Amino acid sequence: MTAREFKKLTLRLGFWLLIVLVLIYAIFPFYYAVITSLKPSSELFTVNFWLDSLDFSNYVAIFSQGSFVRAIFNSILVSFSVVAIALLLGITASYALGRVRFRGRTTVMLVILGVSMFPQVAVLSGLFEVIRGLGLYNNPAGLILSYTIFTLPFTVWVLTTFMKQLPQELEEAAIMDGATPWVTITRVFLPLMWPAMATTGLLAFIAAWNEFLFALTFTLSDSQRTVPVAIALISGGSQHELPWGPIMAASVTVTVPLVVLVMIFQKRIVSGLTAGAVKG
Amino acid sequence: MASVKLDKLNKVFGHDRIITDVDLDIGSGEFVVFVGPSGCGKSTLLRLIAGLESITDGELRIGEQVVNDLPPRERGVGMVFQSYALYPHMTVYENMAFGLKLAKTANETIEERVMATARILQLEELLHRKPKELSGGQRQRVAMGRAMAREPRILLFDEPLSNLDASLRVQMRNEIARLHQRLGSTVIYVTHDQVEAMTLADKIVVLNAGQVEQVGTPQELYQRPLTRFVAGFIGSPTMNFLPAEMVAGTAEGCHVRASGIGELALPQEPGRHDTGDALTLGVRPEHLSLAPASGDNSFEIVNVEYLGNEVYVYLEPKDGDTLLIHRSEAPSRWQTGERVALVPDPEHVHLFDGRGRALAVASAHAVA
Ligand SMILES: Nc1ncnc2c1ncn2[C@@H]1O[C@H](COP(=O)(O)OP(=O)(O)O)[C@@H](O)[C@H]1O
Ligand SMILES: [Mg+2]
Repeated sequence: MTAREFKKLTLRLGFWLLIVLVLIYAIFPFYYAVITSLKPSSELFTVNFWLDSLDFSNYVAIFSQGSFVRAIFNSILVSFSVVAIALLLGITASYALGRVRFRGRTTVMLVILGVSMFPQVAVLSGLFEVIRGLGLYNNPAGLILSYTIFTLPFTVWVLTTFMKQLPQELEEAAIMDGATPWVTITRVFLPLMWPAMATTGLLAFIAAWNEFLFALTFTLSDSQRTVPVAIALISGGSQHELPWGPIMAASVTVTVPLVVLVMIFQKRIVSGLTAGAVKG
Repeated sequence: MASVKLDKLNKVFGHDRIITDVDLDIGSGEFVVFVGPSGCGKSTLLRLIAGLESITDGELRIGEQVVNDLPPRERGVGMVFQSYALYPHMTVYENMAFGLKLAKTANETIEERVMATARILQLEELLHRKPKELSGGQRQRVAMGRAMAREPRILLFDEPLSNLDASLRVQMRNEIARLHQRLGSTVIYVTHDQVEAMTLADKIVVLNAGQVEQVGTPQELYQRPLTRFVAGFIGSPTMNFLPAEMVAGTAEGCHVRASGIGELALPQEPGRHDTGDALTLGVRPEHLSLAPASGDNSFEIVNVEYLGNEVYVYLEPKDGDTLLIHRSEAPSRWQTGERVALVPDPEHVHLFDGRGRALAVASAHAVA
């Protein structure tokens, strides 16, 4: 073996070692959660990296609780509504900001970007008053409203960038064909914006699905809660017992849809995020 | 099919007047070409007619109707864009049917019209393809089909061939000409390519810096350019220009002394020009002949280009650094390095005054 070959081999070995490290770092917690969720609670505190047998009792336990099923339903309702509203408003706003020339357009864009930089806690109490004032306290609609507020700036920003890149002549061709702005948006631009919509929609979905602080603050009763709060509030038989098994089962249950969604849209997300980089 | 009338049309963007007082009459069924250098306002003028830009000042009529405030769809115009701008997610059929659908045309009528248009443009085989599965020439035809399917009164083209390669451009140019002969529709066509303009147009409008320089048939523009700008723009290779000076003027014509050539008797009326006034003499490469150098009339041949059917001889005067071109049928007996005299054909010489305006030919000499 020459020195050169040796160097090449060590380099390659190092490379794969690094990848394995990164993978373990990223995936191990989730892997351990899956394993834990499939163990009976009696085995919980014996450290074991492999599964000896499958035990679904934790899953049966959480799904037999009406409140957890109800929380999943709430989460789905809230997340899908947020995505739908954010995309609808985002697309129409991005048409105005990306295609229509008007005074103060840049200012509006900068304000939008500025708004998206506020931390959640900063607006928590103010938003609480707003939601109470609107009579949306302890109601999924309150969550939909507050998540949309936080999602919209990003959605509008990304969609506007994307919309700006669509050729001017395409819009003019539609105008010559007699299309109104609404027809142009829905029948010419929308079909071309799926990658951007998939990206922003999915990110909005994930944010809404995982959100904890607002969900905890703006809801009160079990029947109105979303999943992250429901999981946090799963309690064991006694005050001193944390029911790790059911918590892990619940976490896995709500993570899987996200993983599946990301995998489905993976290609589109990449093309959506890099759309600005190179001219197609 | 309809006539178009522009009356003192103006367009201002911000503080820039891009189109200035354009008057124009376009007859029904005419093929009119706007030509001019890049940035002179051709597209802007076309877009004013289309309704894609608002008219700052002036009046635009299509047929008998003033259309200044009508949106594009109500003007009855169809437009073919430089980039084609086909809807990428629609098939060829859907592209052509889109405008008809938006106009709430009955389904049978849509199908009838699209099929008829497709037949004319030979697109029948391609109706179910998406634009990305088409070649450049096919896309071009679909773009035309989309503009034609709604049976507009006027067809507008904005540099439709500039994205095609040279040979395809010639072919499509031909197709557009034949299409116009067949359909007889009113066409307004924008190009910066004077060859396209000459070959396609019934009437050419030469634009310069947002103003009309001259309107006329290709022949008129070639034979009697009214300004030096038009003279230099129309014709390839371009006209030769030489500084000249008025020697004497009479009712029948004038005598001028052209730098490097000597005195010439020309049929132009001197007008208000006196002896000693500076002029510019213009003569096309094909209206020059060469003779052995004699006295002061002596130019050096710096290059000879052989193009098969014809030969371009490049000449340099003794003093100046202007390059002149002589064009003749092949073969040519002239060779690089020789010194020759230039003999312009007086019937085909143009004279321009200090402001670039052509001196009119005395009526007794008017040439066909
Ligand atoms: N929307 C616009 N806003 C400002 N200036 C414009 C606009 N459109 C065109 N112009 C200006 O008008 C001039 C003529 O443009 P255009 O009509 O496209 O020229 P051409 O088609 O002859 O090359 C250019 O100087 C261009 O910068
Ligand atoms: Mg142009």
